Amino acid sequence: MSTNAYYIPHKATWPIIGTVGLMITLAGFANVLNGSSIGPAMMIMGLVVFIIMLAGWFTLQAVESESGMYSTQVGISYRMGMMWFIFSEVMFFAVFFGTLWYTRNLSVPWLGGFGDGPGRSTHETLWPAFEAMWPTNGPGEIGGEFEPMGTWGLPFLNTLILLTSGVTCTWAHHGLLAKNRDQLIKGLIATVTLGFLFVGLQAMEYHEAYTEMGLTLGSGIYGSTFFMLTGFHGLHVCVGAIILSVVLFRSWKGHFKPENHFAFEAAAWYWHFVDVVWLGLFVFVYMM
Amino acid sequence: MSAVVAEHDDHHDHGPEKGLLRWIITTNHKDIGTLYLVFSLAMFFLGGAMALVIRAELFEPGLQFVEPQFFNSMTTMHALIMVFGAVMPAFVGLANWMIPLMIGAPDMALPRMNNMSFWLLVAGALLLASTLFMEGGAPASGWTLYPPLVLQTGAALPFAIFSVHLLGISSIMGAINIIATIFNMRAPGMTLMKMPLFVWTWLITAFLLIAVMPVFAGAVTMLLTDRFFDTSFFNAAGGGDPVLYQHIFWFFGHPEVYVMILPTFGVASTIIPVFARKPLFGYSSMVYATASIAFLSFIVWAHHMFTVGMPIAGELYFMYATMLIAIPTGVKVFNWTATMWKGSMTFETPMLFSIAFVVLFTLGGFTGLMMSVAPSDFQYHDTYFIVAHFHYTLVPASVFILMAAAYFWLPKWTGNMYDEKLGQLHFWLSAISVNVLFFPQHFLGLAGMPRRIPDYAVQFADWNMVSSIGAFVFGFSQLLFLYIVIKTIRGGTGEKVTDEVWEDASKHSLEWTLPSPLPYHTFTTPPKEIPTEHF
Ligand code: HEM
Ligand SMILES: [Cu+2]
Repeated sequence: MSTNAYYIPHKATWPIIGTVGLMITLAGFANVLNGSSIGPAMMIMGLVVFIIMLAGWFTLQAVESESGMYSTQVGISYRMGMMWFIFSEVMFFAVFFGTLWYTRNLSVPWLGGFGDGPGRSTHETLWPAFEAMWPTNGPGEIGGEFEPMGTWGLPFLNTLILLTSGVTCTWAHHGLLAKNRDQLIKGLIATVTLGFLFVGLQAMEYHEAYTEMGLTLGSGIYGSTFFMLTGFHGLHVCVGAIILSVVLFRSWKGHFKPENHFAFEAAAWYWHFVDVVWLGLFVFVYMM
Repeated sequence: MSAVVAEHDDHHDHGPEKGLLRWIITTNHKDIGTLYLVFSLAMFFLGGAMALVIRAELFEPGLQFVEPQFFNSMTTMHALIMVFGAVMPAFVGLANWMIPLMIGAPDMALPRMNNMSFWLLVAGALLLASTLFMEGGAPASGWTLYPPLVLQTGAALPFAIFSVHLLGISSIMGAINIIATIFNMRAPGMTLMKMPLFVWTWLITAFLLIAVMPVFAGAVTMLLTDRFFDTSFFNAAGGGDPVLYQHIFWFFGHPEVYVMILPTFGVASTIIPVFARKPLFGYSSMVYATASIAFLSFIVWAHHMFTVGMPIAGELYFMYATMLIAIPTGVKVFNWTATMWKGSMTFETPMLFSIAFVVLFTLGGFTGLMMSVAPSDFQYHDTYFIVAHFHYTLVPASVFILMAAAYFWLPKWTGNMYDEKLGQLHFWLSAISVNVLFFPQHFLGLAGMPRRIPDYAVQFADWNMVSSIGAFVFGFSQLLFLYIVIKTIRGGTGEKVTDEVWEDASKHSLEWTLPSPLPYHTFTTPPKEIPTEHF
């Protein structure tokens, strides 16, 4: 660790492999959506290539890092990369939070005849009987009758789980900094377990929504915003938990030093980000 | 930052890989810059061909060559290809080439990711281009992809949406790389306020990209789920709102147009002082003006939606906020003019293109100001007037400056001089034809000719004919550019250029202190002195 040189790899084969994998996956998915029979096979093939790329590229990075090829300055580049990547994710979630805000505070009231927005005339000409309220599946009652998701059952439990996992993650980090391997590994095991537990409970919640509450992705704007926000978040929890599992594996192999553990930090940042998004969801989707 | 020294994993071979593989697996910022530039030139001709289909159809009233549906596919694909395939990648290519050289760094901060962002761009463009051959044709909704119209697209819809995702990921990766390079790889002594303006404008552009590309990705994701997964985001019957899509799109779309213009400003601020043989006038005001334009770009989006319907307070707010942009933009135009004031100017091709940029961009800015007046915009909106507006801000601005950049730096990159006579011929052909092409569109728009319609009333016939003639002259003049570029790469005029290429250029920026042609690796040890002439 800490040579003075800025490491510039001479060639890179994983990027092109990953690009091809991603492109085949998406083209396959598009074919699936169009109902074409080659879709599923393409999609699976692309995904396999993509996963191989992820495994290969990250292994390469880990090996290089452990053999001390990255100077402090390279580490700073990686940290900046991760920070700005998380910023882009923040903006992605902002779109869906913004959508929720706009529909609840502007377009649904307009549809109900309030204010002077564009939906007012829709109210007057198409659905004069529609009354603005939340939750709603709109004047067309798209998706039929449904029961909105409660707050204090599973969602509250999940909030506690995710917050606890944030604490255990930080506890593991302290272990790493104090060269306390035992604390590092225990902390990570707890974080990963809590993460997957969260996903499991979320799956139960979805199951209940679909089978007992009549609440689906197709339940008008309420169902759309509810499932897209919580769904994208759940996906991020899955990814975060997988990243943390890899970090756990590497910690167990004896990687990471107090002065050099970018992968751990990046995973932890990502995890805290996912945590904060959940708090936003809990307040704006479940509580309000 | 501490001393930057590049290390190579093999000790004997410092040159590029042999053969085609070199380009596929390269991590070298110059190679990747070249890939971006060549790709964007190819897309420029593809998008240009589509524009000529449009102008051929509009040459006369009535339907002559193409079906209306295909005509609309052409306007849509022309815009998407020019924006995401030609102009943006060209500036990313310049960033790759020039930023490490200008700040004295050995390469970009994240070379492997750099490679991936280029190839993802190609993948996205391939998906997009493939929609031309699909059942139901390529998207025909306009590049803004408004629902509910866009939801009627045939098999192309999911491909176009995923293409946007890929292009978005590519842009975000590229932008992250640029930010990390600028913040982390500057040579000792290269403080932020000593960076050339091209570097500054790209820093701010990269920030814009990371902030808004995910927003576009979110918007098209909602289109996808509305079409295939029963959601109601943009469906009023389900409590959604199609106008919401427009808000989200333009929250992305307005900063997006600045993504194409801010690096343009940066290159202009780099070229003009060299040929005026003076320092840039008002360096720090240029930096602040760029930052304020970027900030304002986030809070003016609904000027694209004045006629769509908004509460009156919204109309007023977006009108005044939009007018504010004229202030920092005016600062810039003033500074470029003041830079030339009493300079000992010469008029080589890069300078000619840059001066044309200052004049014609200002014209585009003025029409922008006209449209920012909400009640007047009811007359201009969705007519050829707005087509004229944004083409003035994009073609004789962004595209001209890209040409200027090519003439300016090609001698440095290749070590060969381009043919000055041919360059000037190319300039005059382009500068005249571009005005023949776009100026009459102002008249057409004011008289009420709508955009994106393949046929028109006979009173619009004359100016459409003029405009189409201009289009063909402009289009074919660009073949001359292609010829000049190829000729320069393959030896040019035969005259070898000096390291500085342009008189005293090395006082302005670091790249001119290096040998011409540039070696494959540069600044493996950081430069000792930082040029300061651009203040
Ligand atoms: C002085 C600053 C500017 C102002 C005040 C301004 C204002 C406007 C307004 C009000 C519109 C909407 C017109 C309508 O649809 O009725 C518009 C459209 C547009 N502007 Fe500008 N603009 C400015 C600079 C620019 C620049 C620098 C670019 C690009 C480099 C640009 C590109 C566009 C594009 C592409 C559209 C049309 C989008 C579409 O509907 O397809 N503008 N501008
Ligand atoms: Cu705008």
